[in-house]
Amino acid sequence: VSTYVAGLLAEIGISLLGGLSVYIVLSTGQLSLGNAAFMAVGAYLCAVLTVVAKLPLTLALLIAAAASGIIGVAVAFPALRLRGIYLAMATLGFGEMTRSFFLNFELTGGANGFHGMRPVSTLYIWSWAAGILLLVVLIERSRLWLELRAVNDDETAAGLVGLNATRIKVGAFGFSAAVAGIGGGLLAHHRLYIEPADFSFEKSVELVLMVILGGSTVAPGALVGAGLVTALPEFLRFLVEWRFAGFGALLILVLLFRRQGILDRSVLRLFARRKSS
Amino acid sequence: MLQQIINGLTLGAVYTLVALSFSMVMGILGVLNLAIADLFMIGGFLGLSAVIAGQPVWLAIPLGMVGAAVLAVIVERVAYRPLRDAPVIMPLLSTIGFSIILQNVALNVWGSDPLQVPNELFDRRFALGPASIGAVQIAVLAVSVVLVAGLAFVVQKTWLGWGLRAVAENWNVARLLGVPATVVVSAAFVLSGLLAGAAGVLIGLHYSAITPFVGADIGLKAIAVMVVGGVNRIWGVLLAGPLMGVVEVMTIVYGGSALREMVVYGLMILVLLVRPQGLLGGSAPSEGQRV
Repeated sequence: VSTYVAGLLAEIGISLLGGLSVYIVLSTGQLSLGNAAFMAVGAYLCAVLTVVAKLPLTLALLIAAAASGIIGVAVAFPALRLRGIYLAMATLGFGEMTRSFFLNFELTGGANGFHGMRPVSTLYIWSWAAGILLLVVLIERSRLWLELRAVNDDETAAGLVGLNATRIKVGAFGFSAAVAGIGGGLLAHHRLYIEPADFSFEKSVELVLMVILGGSTVAPGALVGAGLVTALPEFLRFLVEWRFAGFGALLILVLLFRRQGILDRSVLRLFARRKSS
Repeated sequence: MLQQIINGLTLGAVYTLVALSFSMVMGILGVLNLAIADLFMIGGFLGLSAVIAGQPVWLAIPLGMVGAAVLAVIVERVAYRPLRDAPVIMPLLSTIGFSIILQNVALNVWGSDPLQVPNELFDRRFALGPASIGAVQIAVLAVSVVLVAGLAFVVQKTWLGWGLRAVAENWNVARLLGVPATVVVSAAFVLSGLLAGAAGVLIGLHYSAITPFVGADIGLKAIAVMVVGGVNRIWGVLLAGPLMGVVEVMTIVYGGSALREMVVYGLMILVLLVRPQGLLGGSAPSEGQRV
């Protein structure tokens, strides 16, 4: 595998983790426009742990995931009061505040960014990405996911049949933040240089874009979306200047004509049938 | 100090216009049109391009307004109308799609470097006690006041305004009573586009420059202004706009420019959590006249 392809695959793996983090909260009916902030927390914390504290990367990633998850839970509790657009606006504000925090935080380089990380292999990135995708797919087959969908469909009814909607929503937010944190930590050790602008509002929007395009009802949709948004511009070099306009148009088309995104249950079933025959 | 207040009020006037643009759609339809941030940017580019091409400044403002209003109608037809009955997140996402397209178009047409207008056009300043006010600042404030007054007249005194308020209360009942709801909704988008376009030209004149990223910077912060003013009370923005402008300028002067996002969005989240009806809202979020 050439370095070019390996680099591209690594980017897709990291994007997959970011996309999954959006997918997890979206499954409870909450749209987050600030998930890049959790990636920022994971990226900076993980980078400081390996560069300054000289911890091994895997341990640093686990600590970063835990810290990011705790911040996710801390954000989720006040966010419980907000729904729909109001939650989207609050997460947008949280994302911009986090970026602004790292812009001011001199210990991690402020606007100059942070570097000194050692590179990781694409295989290492993908063992995390694939592992977490598998974990989410497994959770999707469990009772927990049914409860999650119930909260998404009708929170009041879910509460009436005895589900703890608060715990499910907060848990989903925390898990989502932890996954984003791992993605951020890997991003820092793949790019070897991070700055606050890497985690802007545009990044958060890109993560949402992946999930909506790829498929917002099944976890592998995030994989399709990550591949599409990351790799497609590489194949359409002549369109490189217009790629964002293309993705914007694609986003509108998907919302108008195929709201569940490219991949859904019926497409997955089609694949399964072909494999068995 | 007085100087900072003047600068803050100028920025606040622009915030007021963009926030009114957001809340025209949000207050009436309950939909956040994120494309407004970039309609604001495109309006600014159209206006400044006209000035650079030698057109008089008084023509630049209506040009930016009309350009943004035309785009707003397209956003309404393509991104809002087909998704009117979908969950509120869907039209929010489709307007993000438009926002991405508009930013990309501006980048390719005008480039990522700031588009600058020669600022000797309006560098006259008038002494005002210990401070001074620039001719551009006077123009920004004056145009904003005129536009807000015009909007207030349309909403409070005309047939269109009654329609807007009826649709804001209840879509179905308004239609039963003979209000042409689709026309009224289009009109709300047009009004919001006019405001955003004007604000874009004004911010461009104020800074003598505009970039494709001004939407993501100043445009998005207008959402915070709208929330602080009260999402369902569009006139709350008249207090929140100048207030947030002054707060932001004070933050830049006394705390450093990198802190401004912290303060502006921090205030927004605080208001969302403790006073969701906004500063001027009544005791409950759902009572009283919205528009």
